[in-house]
Amino acid sequence: MTTVLVDGDASGQLLVLEEPLSFWGGVDAGSGRIIDRSHHAVGESVTGKILFMPHGRGSSSSASVIAETIRNGVGPAGFILAEPDDIVVTGVFVANHLYGTSVPVMITNLPEIPGRSVHLSARGACNVEAE
Amino acid sequence: MQLSSTDRAMLEGDHGDGVAFAMELVVKLAEVSNAPALIDITSAHIDGCLYHGEAGTDFVERLVIGGASVSVPTTLNVSSLDLLHPELYRGSPDVAAAARRLMDLHVALGCEATWTCAPYQLAVRPSLGQQIAWGESNAIVFANSVLGARTNRYGDFADLACAITGRAPFAGLHTDAGRAATVVVNLDLDSRWHERELLYPLLGHWIGMRCGNGIPAIVGLDGGTSEDELKALGAAAASSGATAMFHAVGITPEASTLEQATRSRGIPQLVVSDADLIAIRENIGTSAGRLGAVSVGTPHMSAAELTRLAALAGGNQSSVPFYVNTSRSVCASVPPDTMEALTAFGATVVTDTCTYITPIMGEIEGTVMTNSAKWAYYAPGNLGVEVALGSLRECVASAIAGTVDLDPFS
Repeated sequence: MTTVLVDGDASGQLLVLEEPLSFWGGVDAGSGRIIDRSHHAVGESVTGKILFMPHGRGSSSSASVIAETIRNGVGPAGFILAEPDDIVVTGVFVANHLYGTSVPVMITNLPEIPGRSVHLSARGACNVEAE
Repeated sequence: MQLSSTDRAMLEGDHGDGVAFAMELVVKLAEVSNAPALIDITSAHIDGCLYHGEAGTDFVERLVIGGASVSVPTTLNVSSLDLLHPELYRGSPDVAAAARRLMDLHVALGCEATWTCAPYQLAVRPSLGQQIAWGESNAIVFANSVLGARTNRYGDFADLACAITGRAPFAGLHTDAGRAATVVVNLDLDSRWHERELLYPLLGHWIGMRCGNGIPAIVGLDGGTSEDELKALGAAAASSGATAMFHAVGITPEASTLEQATRSRGIPQLVVSDADLIAIRENIGTSAGRLGAVSVGTPHMSAAELTRLAALAGGNQSSVPFYVNTSRSVCASVPPDTMEALTAFGATVVTDTCTYITPIMGEIEGTVMTNSAKWAYYAPGNLGVEVALGSLRECVASAIAGTVDLDPFS
């Protein structure tokens, strides 16, 4: 069962964040790197990835930072969440409007996408691509 | 979802492109939260005036160019600059110029230049049952819990979209059912805790860690608990966790009784002990060593807190930089001799912003002490400093001594 929160179309390598990540204070909007030293994925880049998070975390300023990474061309290609998150939706929705990007946000079960590279389509399809 | 004819007119561009863009975002958020309709709001508080990069500016500029303006009384949160004391800013001139531009764009939309994270300390504030759309986590939890006004946790962009349309999704904390407590927090504490102001930040921090985004009903707080104490509790809980509302039974307006707070539902029970609170103070920061600076007033100090600080200073002089964060409106409301006492103490009064979000403090050698669990939570990451958490009295005593001087809890 997939729910489309923000329309879009994207392919990218899946980056699974088992712990939620606050973009504010957690991601460098200039480089797209995770800088939260308490996060298990610190040092990884979110750039061009299909980012899975159970949900967002922390500051309400995260919407700005998500939009800023997309503006700078270092944001995720798409988001997969386990439950609705209005901060992630807001940041992505505004960035898509301002910058003409088509970053999707969807809710789907992670076990359905065990592959390393996934494609999220505007119709809500979530396909695992062979490497 | 049911949209009114006015909602649809806004969405279709009858009120201009800026309003249509704002309404698209409000409707999107309503879809995400399964709201059946939108409701009118009576005020908004905007967090997006703090500069995080050009995306925030692009958003507000799009609204300004689109002819939008706010349709309800709208206050502004802290920014990156202290406009009353510009000499305090130590960052790059380019960032300062960009931050100023973002501030000016918000004022151009009709927002009030309040520049405070504690809008509930302004002369006009929302009352019980009023529907509002506020950003800034500590303001949200205070409005819901202490004032009984109703707001969800609005993030950057969403708060401004609600302010422009005057509408918000009818969901979550805007509804009666969404405000019921989800967990009971019972205090099992030595009676001396009720005389310790650190009870409130420590308990708040514990609640944030243990209750996540739930709504705790706290049982056992003293009936005389002040607004400043509830402010410290809420700010701490909204930093270590996602608390947007708490009930303090016998104190806050929707919790005359535990049954009222829980709506008579059976919910999980937690107990907080002396050891829990002592462990939090130890985990948050250090308890001894050389003091480099003190920062108090996160959230912004109230007039009562400034008065108390002036009295505690008592004609002494701080031996380290001592920063006091407050708002321009609070500064204007206290008698001149209070501000003179703070100056004599050597305090630097910071308005319009806060020491943990913008470069104001210089190179610090030694621990920074604070009375705020929120400041202690964010400053190590933002500023790279080591912190100690103490009461306002301990902060003043330590500043005079030049070393971290905490009373042991025994």
